[in-house]
Amino acid sequence: MASGVKPRVKVPKKATPGEAITIKTLISHQMESGQRKDKEGNVIPRSIINRFTCEFNGQLVTDITIEPAVSTNPYFQFEALVPEAGDFKFTWYDDDGSVYDATKSIAMA
Amino acid sequence: MEFSRRETLGLALGAAVMTVLPLRASASVVDDRIAEFTGGAEMADTGIELTAPEIAENGNTVPISVDAPGATAIMVLATGNPTPGVATFNFGPLAGSQSASTRIRLAGTQDVVAIAKLADGSFAKASAAVKVTIGGCGG
Repeated sequence: MASGVKPRVKVPKKATPGEAITIKTLISHQMESGQRKDKEGNVIPRSIINRFTCEFNGQLVTDITIEPAVSTNPYFQFEALVPEAGDFKFTWYDDDGSVYDATKSIAMA
Repeated sequence: MEFSRRETLGLALGAAVMTVLPLRASASVVDDRIAEFTGGAEMADTGIELTAPEIAENGNTVPISVDAPGATAIMVLATGNPTPGVATFNFGPLAGSQSASTRIRLAGTQDVVAIAKLADGSFAKASAAVKVTIGGCGG
């Protein structure tokens, strides 16, 4: 498993009902593409995060399929509708089967 | 074993095809990926916006953003990479807008293509040429 994987998410603390808010997510991950070679010329095996999802109170906001061409420390910015107070759940799926998640609550202004 | 004139010509032709094919493989992979996503449907030129820098100094992190109002999914391809796939964004019912930004790797100067699947089942395509100073695929 990739070491030092740490998800970071930026969500506003408050929103008005029905407002579209901007969410920024970043997870520290080396995203080994499977194209690079080590000093001996052996291909370093691919090890990336292949999927990212964001849900709000169980409803899907976005589901991103990630391929090796996404940079180290994959960063995503997108918008979500907030109909009510609740929790955002962010999930990252690693090639090695690990799942990383983060949760952020948002209140109504 | 002896070769007739016809067989020899055939072998030479085969060898020539073999040497040419690898160069064209990437283009056909891109076409395959597009066909897989669209099912061979026609793509409109409007309805999707792809923002990418004209010149990227470092191919390891090239910021891009896509915006396609009313899309259910957007696929991004880097046509000049060893594997053209970059990412596919699927938008759920709570997506505030059908847009997203991320950072991608580009192996060299090339076209980045984004294709949106719109809610009515049609497709839209946009592309942007990005000039890369240092490629982002290592070795």
